[in-house]
Amino acid sequence: MSLSVDIRKRYKNFSLEVAFETAPGETLALLGASGSGKSVTLKCVAGLLTPDEGRIVLNGRVLFDSAARVNLRPQARHVGYLFQSYALFPNMTVRQNIEIARRAETGGGSGAGGQTTDDLLRRMELTEQADQYPVQLSGGQQQRAALARIYAYEPELLLLDEPFSALDTYLRENMQAELLREMRGYAGDVVLVTHSRDEAYKIARRLVILDAGRPVACGETAALFHDPVTAQAARITGCKNISPIRKTGDTTFFAEAWGLELDAGREVLPAHTYAGIRAHDFGLKGSMNSFPIVVEDVMEGPFDKNVLFRAGDGGGGRLWWITDKGADVREAAALSIAPEHILLLQEK
Amino acid sequence: MVLTPILISLKTASVAILFTFVIGTALAYAVNRSASERLKAALDAVLTLPLVLPPTVAGFFLLYLFGVHRPLGVLLGAIGVKLVFSWPATVLAAVVIALPLMYRSARAAFDQVDPIYLQAARTIGLPESKIAMKILFPLAAPGLTSGGILSFSRGLGEFGATAMIAGNIAGVSRTMPLAIYSAVAGGRMEDAYEYVLILVIVSFLFVWSISIFSETRAGRYRLKERG
Repeated sequence: MSLSVDIRKRYKNFSLEVAFETAPGETLALLGASGSGKSVTLKCVAGLLTPDEGRIVLNGRVLFDSAARVNLRPQARHVGYLFQSYALFPNMTVRQNIEIARRAETGGGSGAGGQTTDDLLRRMELTEQADQYPVQLSGGQQQRAALARIYAYEPELLLLDEPFSALDTYLRENMQAELLREMRGYAGDVVLVTHSRDEAYKIARRLVILDAGRPVACGETAALFHDPVTAQAARITGCKNISPIRKTGDTTFFAEAWGLELDAGREVLPAHTYAGIRAHDFGLKGSMNSFPIVVEDVMEGPFDKNVLFRAGDGGGGRLWWITDKGADVREAAALSIAPEHILLLQEK
Repeated sequence: MVLTPILISLKTASVAILFTFVIGTALAYAVNRSASERLKAALDAVLTLPLVLPPTVAGFFLLYLFGVHRPLGVLLGAIGVKLVFSWPATVLAAVVIALPLMYRSARAAFDQVDPIYLQAARTIGLPESKIAMKILFPLAAPGLTSGGILSFSRGLGEFGATAMIAGNIAGVSRTMPLAIYSAVAGGRMEDAYEYVLILVIVSFLFVWSISIFSETRAGRYRLKERG
């Protein structure tokens, strides 16, 4: 029992062609930049947009099938949708917002499980706010109220559309933790859409990476971050240094963008046309792959330093190095990269 | 000064606004929900026509439809109703002339409701009728109300179409605007002054109430600005 999506939708200068499945009870993230088609995908699943063709099946129920001319109304899909702005009805109190979502019939949902509105208010710590209007609530309370409304509806699937992107950093981290806690009581599948690799990593076990309307990688979140396989996926998972390469030996290659010859410590295959190095992975000490650097620019963050440098005599392109606050970056004359931290990547 | 024109005007405008409000809102709702942008534009144009055409043109069309020997007039005659030059004709004229104001106000009011609330309502399974009654109409209430007040005021001041189809029969269809015309035509300027004064004051109060009303409504779901 799970969600299976295989849809295509064309716009004037953009086309979406995406297919993925969830395992039962799983949290899956669609990760991609804005314009990658991830929100459109989510809206197609909820029935708020209609794909041109394809098939969407939830727990054995066909929600959409262009061949069989099936297109269930959003009301008939039993899919909960957490909007970025929460979309609480401003003319209703928190209690009324939750009450109105109760299904008349007893559905086969997996959220509230026969909980009363008071149970839900207690569970979401909103008892005191029950008779307040959405404008009177904090961001966190609004999110909890929106989730309570969704749970009252007992959906079979929960869709989260960029739930934190409207928040500032401090609030975002608190609310991520809160959302993870609240979702523990939810037995259905969850699909999260986000452009933040941190968010995807923290919340989702499995990941589909979208780029320009196409899935470019898919798999276990941790494994995908460890080995993104393609250059696109590496970029979207936050790898800042990517260069086309030319193989020079069994395990060695020349990175053309950086003007560096490096040893990957494992065989470089003909399919490997790119290499990637995450900015955190450079070290000051290390015997393998050591090279002199010319520091060009230093940007100090609150807890780290972002360094832009060129390798060797400064003839190659720029690379990013992120290091801790205490490092004496200006004095650094050489860096090294451990072979296991070199990502060998394919073009597509 | 004779009081009947004042009473007739108030009665006409009050009954007319019931029809105008319901029909205008229903038309706006239907057009808002229609998928085709081209159809929307066409209907918008047709339903706005009475606003820009001289009321005498609207009156001409009404006479053309409801005249004693015209199709709808014959139909009404068969059930014993003679519409032209009667009091109900003043209501018909006021409805037709005020309808575009109500329709356009309601269209704008529905348009400014963030569609995300309607989408959210659909994803929690609410039927469209319930979405309209519990979410769309309440959120559009300020715009619908000001449209209603505008339409009422317009109905109160209706002259041209009323003269064409309802005539100017004292005690039957002589509304305030027609009484002013008659008073001036008959050289009784003092009578005209009084009707003019009453119309101006009443219309001003209604139109003024729009801004007061929309201010309090707008503040209802919004907190005071906080830094």
